Amino acid sequence: MMRLPPFLYVSPRTVAEAAKAVAEAGPGGMLVAGGTDLYPNMKRRQFEPTTLVGLAAVRELRGVRGSAREGVTLGATTILSAVATHPDLLRHYPALATAAGLVSSPQLRNMGTLGGNVCVDTRCNYYNQPYPWRKAVGFCMKKDGDICLVAPGSRRCWAVSSSDTAPVLWSLGARVRLVSASGERTIPIDALFRDDGIEYLAKRPDEILTEIVLPPAEGWASTYLKLRRRGSFDFPELGVAVALRLEDATVAQARIVLGAVASQPRPATKAARALVGQRLTPDVIAHVADLAAGPARPLDNTDFTHPYRKKMTRVFVARALGRLAGLERAGRDEEELA
Amino acid sequence: MNRGPDEPMKARIELTVNGERREALVPVHKTLLEVLREDLDLTGTKHGCELGECGTCTVLVDGEPVLSCLALPAELEGREILTVEGLAQGGRLHPLQRAFAELGAAQCGYCTPGILLVARALLEATPVPTREQVRVALAGNICRCTGYTKILDAVELAALRMAGRTPVATAAAGSAR
Amino acid sequence: MNKHEFSVIGQPLPKIDAWAKVTGETRYADDLVLPRMAHARLLRSPHAHARIAAIDTSRAAALPGVYAVITGADLPPVKFGILPVSQDEEALCREKVRMVGDAVAAVAALDEETAERACELVEVTYEPLPALMSIEESLAHPEVRIHEYGDGPNVHKSVALQFGDVEAAFAAADLVREDVFFYEGNTHLPLEQHAAVAHWGPDDKLTLWSSTQTPHYVHRLLAKILAVPAAHVRVIAAPVGGGFGGKLDPFAHEIAACQLSRLCGRPVKIALTREEVFYVHRGRHPVLMWLKTGFTRAGDITGSHLRTWLDGGAYGSYGVASTFYTGAINPVTYKMPVYKFEGARIFTNKPPCGPKRGHGTPQPRFALECQIDRAAEQLGLDPADLRRRIVAEPYTKTANHLTVTTIGLGECLDRVVEASGWREKWRGWNAPPRGRGPVRRGVGIACSSYMTGAGSAVYWNNMPHSGVVLRADRGGGVAILCGATDIGQGSDSILAYLPAEVLGIDPKDVRVHPADTDLTPVDLGSYSSRVTLMCGVAAIQAATRLREVLFQAVAAKLEVDPSRLVARDRKVGVPDDWDRALTFAQAVELGEAMHGVLAFAGSYAPPKRAGKYKGGGVGPSPCYSYSACVVELSVDEDTGMVELHDVWLAHDVGRALNPLLVEGQVEGSVYMGIGEALMEEQVFRKHVHKTPSMLEYKSPTTLETPAIHTILVETDDPEGPFGAKEAGQGPLLPVMPAIANAIYDAVGVRIDEVPITSEKVLRALDLKRQGKPARVGPEKLPLFTFKTPLVVESAFGQPADAITRRPFA
Repeated sequence: MMRLPPFLYVSPRTVAEAAKAVAEAGPGGMLVAGGTDLYPNMKRRQFEPTTLVGLAAVRELRGVRGSAREGVTLGATTILSAVATHPDLLRHYPALATAAGLVSSPQLRNMGTLGGNVCVDTRCNYYNQPYPWRKAVGFCMKKDGDICLVAPGSRRCWAVSSSDTAPVLWSLGARVRLVSASGERTIPIDALFRDDGIEYLAKRPDEILTEIVLPPAEGWASTYLKLRRRGSFDFPELGVAVALRLEDATVAQARIVLGAVASQPRPATKAARALVGQRLTPDVIAHVADLAAGPARPLDNTDFTHPYRKKMTRVFVARALGRLAGLERAGRDEEELA
Repeated sequence: MNRGPDEPMKARIELTVNGERREALVPVHKTLLEVLREDLDLTGTKHGCELGECGTCTVLVDGEPVLSCLALPAELEGREILTVEGLAQGGRLHPLQRAFAELGAAQCGYCTPGILLVARALLEATPVPTREQVRVALAGNICRCTGYTKILDAVELAALRMAGRTPVATAAAGSAR
Repeated sequence: MNKHEFSVIGQPLPKIDAWAKVTGETRYADDLVLPRMAHARLLRSPHAHARIAAIDTSRAAALPGVYAVITGADLPPVKFGILPVSQDEEALCREKVRMVGDAVAAVAALDEETAERACELVEVTYEPLPALMSIEESLAHPEVRIHEYGDGPNVHKSVALQFGDVEAAFAAADLVREDVFFYEGNTHLPLEQHAAVAHWGPDDKLTLWSSTQTPHYVHRLLAKILAVPAAHVRVIAAPVGGGFGGKLDPFAHEIAACQLSRLCGRPVKIALTREEVFYVHRGRHPVLMWLKTGFTRAGDITGSHLRTWLDGGAYGSYGVASTFYTGAINPVTYKMPVYKFEGARIFTNKPPCGPKRGHGTPQPRFALECQIDRAAEQLGLDPADLRRRIVAEPYTKTANHLTVTTIGLGECLDRVVEASGWREKWRGWNAPPRGRGPVRRGVGIACSSYMTGAGSAVYWNNMPHSGVVLRADRGGGVAILCGATDIGQGSDSILAYLPAEVLGIDPKDVRVHPADTDLTPVDLGSYSSRVTLMCGVAAIQAATRLREVLFQAVAAKLEVDPSRLVARDRKVGVPDDWDRALTFAQAVELGEAMHGVLAFAGSYAPPKRAGKYKGGGVGPSPCYSYSACVVELSVDEDTGMVELHDVWLAHDVGRALNPLLVEGQVEGSVYMGIGEALMEEQVFRKHVHKTPSMLEYKSPTTLETPAIHTILVETDDPEGPFGAKEAGQGPLLPVMPAIANAIYDAVGVRIDEVPITSEKVLRALDLKRQGKPARVGPEKLPLFTFKTPLVVESAFGQPADAITRRPFA
């Protein structure tokens, strides 16, 4: 049986206690909320913390408050199934509810938290493997080694950002609150991420992601599409998050953010800019989808071939825009013509 | 035998399992799966990967399905844990158990405990689910034997019986214990 | 006998072990706990191919909590293998490792974590050798030898058989097609990871509880490997949490646990991790195939020539049989008067392949059914009608000398065609696309056949393949002892139903005691779809022998002729004088008073029908099952994604002893076929398994599994128990080609290899858009010269060998 390595476990009751505990734990300390990402990684010996600071008992970190009009604040340890089924989120921030509801499996969503999914470790199929496997193939720089196995000449790690919710939150213009023993700060979520497979978060290890703050939703429409082989369990091999503000059927503001194509969510800025002032006609959508596929640089380190993932970026962006334009057919339940 | 200086941190945990208070002194890094199977002799909870990738080890915590391979008992004190051993009440099988047995929904039986518990949670929330709802609820449980068909049938049969809309008993019921 | 005359047979009864399985009471191997039990782990090789220069276990042995550390030097120096012709395995490698995952050392300790840590302290010095990771590499590097034996450098087995003159057959054809196909390897992925508990007792006797499909072969081989008398070895198969062929070999962990128990004087448990299960493997061979078939204008096959190249992995396992099986079963389905087969299994430095559900036959089935679809198109024929026309003749011999008995394939075809709405949905070749936007619908059809039990054991002998001992109790209960192993398919239940039917009692009155080599007569194991037929016939024989004695005793009591008695409703009596009927329990008491203890044996061995040529022992079976499958699906032309809507599968099972269990086997087979067709693959990169996890080895969930419509066809085969044939493997076979053919119907592209991933479909669609041949599949064949074929006359159309003439009958 795959088992966890030993560790000390601390269970604070408040954010302040938690911040203190993680500071005291030092470099061997790690935070854990739902554990659905960290524990498998620990069982594979990708992390071997000496102390775990568990956030399960910190009640103030759970829950959703606010409204679409003034903005919504989500506690970081709100479980994904609660995010996926929250009536206000489903109605006003549908992309977020959709993304949360597409993470892994129903059981995992009952444990995994929104904050945990935002901070989910980057993935690579040379890295997310058991210890004996990694030993057999040769350890990589993300753990125990010093080379990159997917891009052997590379000096950086190309592990892939594999969060479903992060690209959506980025497209929605979310901000995150980070609290440590020495203070707190609130930053735009795009400043939380770095394009590096190892140092993929700009958050300091002693900072706790406590809240995710969504701006008012009025006037915005959003959607999220996910590429994966199975309808359950699988991480995104591509995520497409689109948020648009329409004025009289014309795009007034647009954000397109791609997931699982780099070590951080990747905004398709040029494509989004090209949407502004346009109506969502098939021609515009096709043009914008071509532009959006530009920033996607997948490598051969996840499921599906990387040329395929690149190709699908265009298709999925077009479909996401088509859905927001009301052009996208329902697909699965569609009546056939013939 | 002495383990030496790296003796792992142990904790006395109190869990409510199948309605009973259970205590154990266990290393904090043991998962709920390991504690159930190795410390509480509840081997009905199975394991297929221990990484949250198959759903086999599912148990209910406060009525909701969770993966026991990724849950720490230290985080579950005061919460109600239900395993397959707690499904039957006072010697009476849960309707799901009966339906699974009668319809052949358990072949090798290894994924069955986890699936039964997910199905129980589903029927608590949605007493008469559509087939699509059952499919979606069970999307986190891999079964390699059945093609899921008889599992979906059995959940539907149990739901109808529990809702009092009992279809004619299957021929199998005659031989049921 | 007609259906309505049965009381138990044909009833949708629950399995006798269902109640334990739904309550968590079933004790699988990893659930067993014995006093003072130690826990073991194996150290496995990180190298795909390397010489072992030295192993130092001293640091591991010194770790507190460690009871014993062993290497190959601590085991008798014998090599073993499941087949007598391939004795090439070691539990713990001594001189050389041949794959990542080969075991080199084992540790028993007070708990699993300590054993694991001790394994990391074992220091092995390796001298790496070049790793050969494909058929091409292995053939290109004869100077690097994975094994020293075989039919050539890195060639494990090469076979060539010819039945009739294929060249003449092709000359007589109106259409000759040559096609190349590839079937990627995949694995069983049982949810239960292999586990075993060994107890070498103070009496110097060994007991092994294991998650195994074949306790008898493990028993025989343990005695040899551990150099102990077989009489002192007891193997008990614990209930198996999924097998599918993956638990059919003796494994390193079982052997190591036994030896560790011997050395540390404690019971020893060992349980594999999921990663290790991928290394243990013995799953589907990757097979490259070249198939040439001649057709007449009407669609009749004039002859067929098949070449197969199997990527065998690092050891023999069942590979010789697998190689023959790639060639043996194709002629059983259709009229194929002339046939030639050449096959070769090549060693590579990967986990060894072996038997997975359908053993060796899904690959050539995929090739044949996809080729027939193309031929139908070229001939302008409906692919269902073409197949209907060429269904093999019952009670004849095939070109390769296999005797077939009943054939329900025609009815299977008719039933799936009707149930699926084929006549409306299949609208001819090159019909305008169905669907809207980029999503296109299509239907595809394929057929198959499979054997009901191998005609030969893996070692040559004249003894029964299956035996049953039945004992009647004065309380009216019946105990059945049989070596058969229930892996979820329901063999324990079959062993209750059949005697209950014969004796007129309820299955609940029968207690089944399976799979214990100390107590139960041998059953060879749960493989080759043999158990229901073989242990079923043996159980009927034993029950019939008991019934004869009971009838004698009751006849004396009632003063009637025994021939007038019947047994039903737990009574024995004369039908038109039923008031005087005695209870079954009374009958047992009378019987025991007359005859002494009521214990009877039943034995079964298959009819001796091996073809009179070398290699003729692989393929014969008492009878063959038949399946026909229609798949309806959609293909998204923008993404290449395939969505299955419905699968209709009609299966000729001879007789459904319990229709629920047969349907369950069909549904499970269809499921496994879907996984193989669309997503499952066991592939390697940089010398290691690319995806040894449940997350990355893609097994379909409820969301990818379509509605499965099962249709059971009964042909009442004279060879089977109450007419039953197999159901556990055959229904998998037509699923993959039916899917491939449906994809062609939907979007006009041919994917000639599985898995048919969305990448491949999209690539083929791109080729089509570019006006190139819309096909994705293998482009070249290995440079390999098959040996001169053994030329045998075709037996096609000859009358079948004598039916139901079998030993011990």
